[in-house]
Amino acid sequence: MNFKLRVWRQKTGAAKGKLADYPANDVSPDTSFLEMLDLVNDRLIEGGEEPIAFESDCREGICGTCCLTINGEAHGPDHPGAACQLYMRRFKEGETITVEPFRAKPFRFVKDLVVNRSALDRIVQAGGFVSARSGSAPEANSIPVPKQNADRAMEAAACIGCGACAAACPNASAMLFTSAKVSHLALLPQGDPERTNRVLNMVSVMDEEGFGNCTNTYECEAVCPAEISASFIAKLNREYAVATLRKKLGG
Amino acid sequence: MVAVTGLVLLGFVIGHLLGNLQIFLGPDWINSYAEHLRDLGPLLWFVRAFLLVNVVAHIYYTIRLTIDNRRARPNAYAQKDYVKASFASRYMWLSGLVVLAFIIYHLAHFTLVVADPRLATLKLDALQRHDVYSMMVYGFRNVIVSAFYVLAMFLLMLHLTHGASSFFQSLGWNDKTMTPHLARWGRVFAWLIFIGYVSIPLAVLLGLVQPAQPL
Repeated sequence: MNFKLRVWRQKTGAAKGKLADYPANDVSPDTSFLEMLDLVNDRLIEGGEEPIAFESDCREGICGTCCLTINGEAHGPDHPGAACQLYMRRFKEGETITVEPFRAKPFRFVKDLVVNRSALDRIVQAGGFVSARSGSAPEANSIPVPKQNADRAMEAAACIGCGACAAACPNASAMLFTSAKVSHLALLPQGDPERTNRVLNMVSVMDEEGFGNCTNTYECEAVCPAEISASFIAKLNREYAVATLRKKLGG
Repeated sequence: MVAVTGLVLLGFVIGHLLGNLQIFLGPDWINSYAEHLRDLGPLLWFVRAFLLVNVVAHIYYTIRLTIDNRRARPNAYAQKDYVKASFASRYMWLSGLVVLAFIIYHLAHFTLVVADPRLATLKLDALQRHDVYSMMVYGFRNVIVSAFYVLAMFLLMLHLTHGASSFFQSLGWNDKTMTPHLARWGRVFAWLIFIGYVSIPLAVLLGLVQPAQPL
């Protein structure tokens, strides 16, 4: 198959960027999107040009490293799934495909399609953990957890932290990410003792990093490769309200 | 705060519609309803002030929120497609602004009675009450006034298709099973509000409702 690529090229955060056109010819329909970029890069290198910088790691949809906005959608048109799980058969022959980085102020620009998403790590460092030593895996039935809570916690824990939610959000809000991290711990007995400070600290860092605010457009859950439900954002709002009240009452 | 103030205004939208629909019960009914509202005296002014504070706060917090959100993405996408975010949810500011313009005109029209001087010449009814009934009928007989009214109600409906379910999410009163139901009933509610309000100018223009006194 043949495609016309329009790829965002920008040397540094300070430099001016633009979309550059590249042909991607003789691509097998079963090539993944990232493999297709590898092929284009091989040809660029052969021609003595600077290859397109992009991030990837596992290439099996579980690490959350690849972060491409393809044709205006985070991770491309195939939802749910990370960009590495997108195959060229999904596109039409001869189609023009626009590739851009994840755009949000806290995602500091690095180069071409690479942005620094450590803002998400700093949100987790603010409270997305359990302080007590957890040791080795305990006997499954030693701490009873209601089945419903266990299921919901697992659902929230599926977040791979790719940042597509913030990239797709019209407000560049990271509420879906933060809500998943807050919820998965709040739903389990191990996370319960620290839930008040956790939600307050994580939301405060999220705001300091410069993410926008949620206006309930639910664009985030539509592009999330891990299918995190936006109802976790309602849970985050609930947790935050209760925590604020608890602090005010001196708890 | 946008959700809380929006919720108060939503309450007003319902109450005001129920008041207005009394036009279909005849002049006596709606004129006496209006008279009762006026009889509230200081309480009426308290309610008006409360609504005004809510309108101002709703706009103030929206502006702050929007500035924050615009700052969060200084470099726009060259191409941006939305998968799920509805038109209504992304253009709340636009529908809100038109509705605001309408509210200002609407108050000048029917409350202060300055937009159409003819309406100020209407006589009191037989029981010495303001003839609200005839005022509404003459007001809506103007096609341009009615057209703007319908347009404003359409945008209010768009605003509510998002707003009437969105506040549940913002206030944390939502979970996974409720989300689709809230979204559906929010839309149904918004359309009911639209149909309710628009039925009045429509009935007037179709001649189904006639004034109680000549102008």
